[in-house]
Amino acid sequence: MDKPFAITLDVGSSLANHTGSWRTRRPVYVDRLPPCNATCPAGENIQGWLFHAESGDYETAWRKLTEENPLPAIMGRVCYHPCEGACNRGRLDESVGINAVERFLGDEALKLGWRFDAPAAASGKRVLVVGSGPAGLAAAYHLVRSGHAVEIREAAAQAGGMMRYGIPKYRLPRDVLDAEIARIVELGVKLRLNQPVEELEPLLGEFDAVFLGVGAHLAKRAYIPAGDASRILDAVSVLHGMEGSTDELKPLLGRHVVVYGGGNTAIDVARTAKRLGAEESIVVYRRSREKMPAHAFEVEEALQEGVQMKWLATVKEAGAGEVMVERMVLDEKGFPQPTGEFERIEADSLVLALGQETDLSLLQKLAGLNIRDGLVEVDAGMMTGHRGVFAGGDMVGNERTVTAAIGHGKKAARHIDAWLRSEPRVPAPKHALATFENLNTWYYADAPKTMRPMLDIVRRQSTFDEVLGGLSEENARFEARRCLSCGNCFECDNCYGVCPDNAVIKLGPGKRFQFNYDYCKGCGLCVAECPCGAIDTMAEDI
Amino acid sequence: MSHQPVKFYQTGTFTVGNRLLAPEQRSVQASAKRYNSLNSGHRACQGCGEALGARYAIDAAMEATHGQLVAANATGCLEVFSTPYPETSWQVPWIHSLFGNTAAVATGIAAALRVKGKAVRVVAQGGDGGTTDIGFGCLSGMFERNDDVLYICYDNQGYMNTGVQRSSATPPAARTATTMAVGVEPGNVFGQGKFVPAIAMAHEIPYVATATVADLRDLEAKVARAMELHGARYIHILVPCPLGWGSASDQTIQMARLAKETGLFPVFEAEGGEIKSALKIRKPLPVEDYLRPQKRYAHLFAPTLRADVIERLQGIADRNIRKYGLLEENP
Ligand SMILES: Cc1cc2nc3c(=O)[nH]c(=O)nc-3n(C[C@H](O)[C@H](O)[C@H](O)COP(=O)(O)OP(=O)(O)OC[C@H]3O[C@@H](n4cnc5c(N)ncnc54)[C@H](O)[C@@H]3O)c2cc1C
Ligand SMILES: Cc1ncc(C[n+]2csc(CCOP(=O)(O)OP(=O)(O)O)c2C)c(N)n1
Ligand code: SF4
Ligand SMILES: [Mg+2]
Repeated sequence: MDKPFAITLDVGSSLANHTGSWRTRRPVYVDRLPPCNATCPAGENIQGWLFHAESGDYETAWRKLTEENPLPAIMGRVCYHPCEGACNRGRLDESVGINAVERFLGDEALKLGWRFDAPAAASGKRVLVVGSGPAGLAAAYHLVRSGHAVEIREAAAQAGGMMRYGIPKYRLPRDVLDAEIARIVELGVKLRLNQPVEELEPLLGEFDAVFLGVGAHLAKRAYIPAGDASRILDAVSVLHGMEGSTDELKPLLGRHVVVYGGGNTAIDVARTAKRLGAEESIVVYRRSREKMPAHAFEVEEALQEGVQMKWLATVKEAGAGEVMVERMVLDEKGFPQPTGEFERIEADSLVLALGQETDLSLLQKLAGLNIRDGLVEVDAGMMTGHRGVFAGGDMVGNERTVTAAIGHGKKAARHIDAWLRSEPRVPAPKHALATFENLNTWYYADAPKTMRPMLDIVRRQSTFDEVLGGLSEENARFEARRCLSCGNCFECDNCYGVCPDNAVIKLGPGKRFQFNYDYCKGCGLCVAECPCGAIDTMAEDI
Repeated sequence: MSHQPVKFYQTGTFTVGNRLLAPEQRSVQASAKRYNSLNSGHRACQGCGEALGARYAIDAAMEATHGQLVAANATGCLEVFSTPYPETSWQVPWIHSLFGNTAAVATGIAAALRVKGKAVRVVAQGGDGGTTDIGFGCLSGMFERNDDVLYICYDNQGYMNTGVQRSSATPPAARTATTMAVGVEPGNVFGQGKFVPAIAMAHEIPYVATATVADLRDLEAKVARAMELHGARYIHILVPCPLGWGSASDQTIQMARLAKETGLFPVFEAEGGEIKSALKIRKPLPVEDYLRPQKRYAHLFAPTLRADVIERLQGIADRNIRKYGLLEENP
């Protein structure tokens, strides 16, 4: 042994010393459920598609998005985005503009002509979808992608349901609607228009399963004493009439319009009336502004356009050219109570926007159905009491949004698929929620939310041009990058960097990281310094 | 500042890496091929700030010199936990000096390399005890001769390796084995100790900087800048010690962050004796937020709250904020 003076042992590396044996707790990588995803009625993997948008890979982002929801350009316009309300970034500065990015992706897809992947191999099964609203379209999309033959029967002359016959053009331009529907039809969905299903029962033999998405189109009425000369209309018909091909078919509302109700439909009618040239468009609602079911931003936009609001008032009587309203006060429980004070307001027409219910006449002969409060009851797999008949959208729930309908359609389609294949559907277990407390927000740079441009006010009062603009590519990417990636590794290298023991292995782009438990002493630094809460710890059995 | 902060890429410059940045804009520590100059298997405590700071700094120096580096190391935790004979964690030519002479040893190595005509660079490193106390004479000599050495002090505010004794870098009020939490002025006394970065500046050497393990990008940029220059350079890195400070092992980086954010530890950079820039406080915080989680300050909170002592410590932070301009002008 030839060693230098005073050296008796071979030099060795400390790698021989497995300090992992010191550990009492071990870090583990986890995926937590981001609050946006948890809240999305359509079950979108929002954080997942934002991740791709952040790197500018919009097509992958769009594909990830449309795994769950085939209508992103529509979503990015009409969705009430509960995701943004739940977004953890809201507690830091402002929520991520998820809806705006979704619209950007949707519009980008339309602009560049992205197509859905071809459906899976044909299953040989036939499914009837009744109604081409968002519920029906979503169900058809997912069913056809799973390889089933789908036929939609639609009573109206055009597809889209309330997205066409309810939501006004200034919020959802029809070219966008048409293009997103066409992309679904292109997958091989048979869309039969002007085909009302009057009786479902006889059709059952022709199909292996049925999905019902007939919506809720019957206007609710209130008893209002009315003179012969009064003109009383209902909101759904007025908005439906707006789809008339020529101006003569457009509803005649007059110069003074009173809309009765406090929901989004009331606001849409009032804004439509304004655009049709009404000098005065007044919403009469029996409770206070705070209690309005309409979304605050819609009320705000209506006010900006000159729509007037009469809160705490009920319509008592409709006469020639006027209506009489009674002032209300809220009692201590928050219910409106009459005051006996009356007022007359000019009104060439009175439009009732008091909600809608479902026309269930097509289901009369169907055995086993349960109807409660006008809604068809479905089980956890969206199946009605009649085996093989599934339902979703406005006819089954009171949430009544496009997004909820799309979520129902998707869920039903997945259960129909399992049912047709006689396999039980086992949904993947849900991850634990990624809470704000799971995050280390130090790491996120301050970045205010990007606002979408609004059409100028004059055009908002006189045309049906779209009110809300879209984001530029640069702004959309910025907005996507505001995402905190709650609960899901976004490869920031923090764990890899902050480990004093080099016990984190970097696996390379897209592959995330791995712990080297030979050396991890269990200090927990990676857990504390992970910005997005994607590392948990568990006790070692010792 | 010698490094350009990335204004906005999801997490700005705060995280170690960033998949959205071009590779050349990423930190040294983010690289899968980083040197790991201080390798796994070392015997530092769980969550040791010194082990982390040493890897950050030496990896950055290795990167800057393309691996042409020699390190001299004073006695202290860093030497003891990394190199129990015959094993070592160092993946860089490394020599253990005495406790007090590492600056002189490094000077000698630099002189030898110059004579041999080798373009190999030299760092010296030691703890606060080895730097601000026993090694201070050698260090000052190295400074005044402007020897071509980068000296890195890993400041954990005490003699940790021998059981947490006070050093001249131990802050006032902190409890150590030799400044017990007893009497009317429990813990280390006020009005003693020294801040070596300021003394280093007084030597008007080419480069002096402070850094912490909580601001990696800043630390790396400072090491890189130091390696661009020749002559005597000094970097003083705050490296929390979970054992000596009585802080949780997963809070090491957070402690360093709080030291900087409260103003108790000013993070700045000076060239030729003049301050060039200071790292601004992002979210101003009272010193109490920094003191409370550390057991070495427990006597300030129980059995009675020593608001008077906390007030004096706050005074130190406030003075640093004024003196080094730590607050953003237009927040
Ligand atoms: C004015 C207005 C504005 C709205 N704005 C928004 C909004 O901004 N955001 C939002 O999320 N939600 C909004 N909603 C709610 C949303 O439009 C509905 O919740 C959603 O469209 C319900 O989808 P669905 O598929 O269940 O039914 P629908 O969209 O109502 O579609 C049902 C379809 O079934 C067809 N059909 C009915 N009966 C038969 C039959 N017997 N045979 C064949 N076809 C039949 C109908 O013609 C229709 O096309 C709005 C609603 C209204 C009325
Ligand atoms: C001349 C001499 N005196 C005392 C010691 C014992 N000793 C070894 S390490 C150390 C303390 C080191 O403190 P510091 O330099 O702050 O490094 P740390 O361990 O805190 O990282 C002491 C006193 C020694 N090795 N040499
Ligand atoms: S920050 Fe991103 S992942 Fe977290 S809730 Fe908001 S959008 Fe979802
Ligand atoms: Mg020390």
